[in-house]
Amino acid sequence: MANDYLKEHILLRHKDNPNIGDIDEYLSDGGYEGLKKALEEMQPAEVIEAVKASGLRGRGGAGFPTGVKWSFIPKGAKDVYIVVNADESEPGTFKDRELMEYNPHLVIEGAAIAAYAVGARTIYIYGRGEFKGPFVTLQKAVDQAYERGMLGKNIMGSDYSLDLHLHLGAGAYICGEETALLNSLEGYRGYPRSRPPFPAVEGLYAKPTVINNVETMANVPGIIRHGVEWYRQFGTEKSAGTKVFSLSGHVNRPGNYELPLGVPIRYLIEELGGGVPNGKRVKAVLPAGESSLMVPEDKLDTPMDYESMGAIGSMLGSASFIVMDETVDIVWAAEKMIHFFKHESCGKCSPCREGTYWLSNVYHRIRSGEGTMEDIELLPKIIEQMSGNTFCPLGEFATSPVKASLLHFRHEYEQYIKK
Amino acid sequence: MWSEAEQRELEEILKKYPTKRSALLPALYLAQREKNWLDDEDMEAVAEALDVPITDVHAVVGFYTLFRREPTGKHMIHVCTDLPCALRGAEEFYLRLTERLGLPPEGGTTEDGLFTLEAVPCLAACDKAPMCQIDLQYYENLTDETIDTVLAQLRAEAQQETKA
Repeated sequence: MANDYLKEHILLRHKDNPNIGDIDEYLSDGGYEGLKKALEEMQPAEVIEAVKASGLRGRGGAGFPTGVKWSFIPKGAKDVYIVVNADESEPGTFKDRELMEYNPHLVIEGAAIAAYAVGARTIYIYGRGEFKGPFVTLQKAVDQAYERGMLGKNIMGSDYSLDLHLHLGAGAYICGEETALLNSLEGYRGYPRSRPPFPAVEGLYAKPTVINNVETMANVPGIIRHGVEWYRQFGTEKSAGTKVFSLSGHVNRPGNYELPLGVPIRYLIEELGGGVPNGKRVKAVLPAGESSLMVPEDKLDTPMDYESMGAIGSMLGSASFIVMDETVDIVWAAEKMIHFFKHESCGKCSPCREGTYWLSNVYHRIRSGEGTMEDIELLPKIIEQMSGNTFCPLGEFATSPVKASLLHFRHEYEQYIKK
Repeated sequence: MWSEAEQRELEEILKKYPTKRSALLPALYLAQREKNWLDDEDMEAVAEALDVPITDVHAVVGFYTLFRREPTGKHMIHVCTDLPCALRGAEEFYLRLTERLGLPPEGGTTEDGLFTLEAVPCLAACDKAPMCQIDLQYYENLTDETIDTVLAQLRAEAQQETKA
């Protein structure tokens, strides 16, 4: 048993089979059978239908239905691209790195099936610059896939040809935003683009493009190989499948854990993570990294799926759970997060560029003991002017630490003023 | 400025993309590889090789944190002090390291020119904090002792190179 909710690992298969990164081991485990089935037995449109029916939703954070995204590619379009988003930079998230380093063929196979489904001839995997090391491992797997005919000319004996290239960014969180990523891949600053046109119509090099997260791609081979019914046995009606949960912060056993969607937060923290060190209590949890609204301890019985996490006023996002114990100074934590967003704001739009700057100033004042009650009042006013007015989601994310910490822990701000 | 080997490498890179401009980040990495930073000549060489205006090259270099415009130490040490790592003692770990390297809290380059230390945002290794990257290679689950051992090894290697 992988855990109480999952018999065997699917995405983190290397936890059961440590040599799965090697193509021979991957093949003997049934690897590339999904791709073979797609090429030999299915029309591209059938592959899209299967992924739609599976209920798979984007694992990078937005949770958009993957099959629907694929179906936006205009029929008969030429020069379609697949871009795999491996920019993984959200604090608390470290799942894509593990998938690429330890189970790389699953990612390659998923991307190849996606390419076949939308008629793409080229895949780029865009990784953050700091993934130079993981990309050495991934490149070895790509080379193996070329040697065995899973990539290149007439893959697996079909009349379909496909190339896959790795591309490294150079240190910019914003490049995880899909249109900023495209600009970066084209050799420009990682500024987000205005939408429409959406990437499915005008994406990379102004050609129709599908951009999916690494983990999203890793879900695809199982859906095609075992079928929709098999996939839907995991998770809930609206949140199908399994998910990798990155667990960090104040837990005894941090790490990546695979679970079907819909398992309570408490199970992840207490059973898999071994609870909070030194018998301390949980104060709050950030369920999707620093971008997400923190939830207090009384929400730990919430099922970890898209709809339930939304219902408690937060989100599942990339499912990177950062646990903070009762000793954590929430104002300190919020200031750290604001510092992150200020550092990573690309500077293109003023609500985000200026908003994060002013938030940072106010936090500095409060934390250095020079704040007033008016400063506490100022924070919601600043985020109100940012919210809904920024060019891309980064500016929206930057409001999360302020909004949630004020909602649940306002008294901690007031203590700073009274000191 | 390109060596013959670099020229060949650049040609291989260009084959991956339908436009020359897409090769800008890889070409800048190549230009930066030897001395760890980019001088004006490096940037002009990249601009020329890819037919990209020099101002655009400057704009791109300024945008991305992994390109540097000033000399650095021989090895770049990036310690993550972002929230998940900080919850596991990464800030204190980083500050102790600055002290042992004789650097101010904001980091910098050691007197012997061997190390440049920086605190950086998340590096996707939150479960293995405290952690750092040295020249973009991961070093995880660190203690003061284990990082000192790694740095001592790098010092010894540098001494060997000087002798040779």
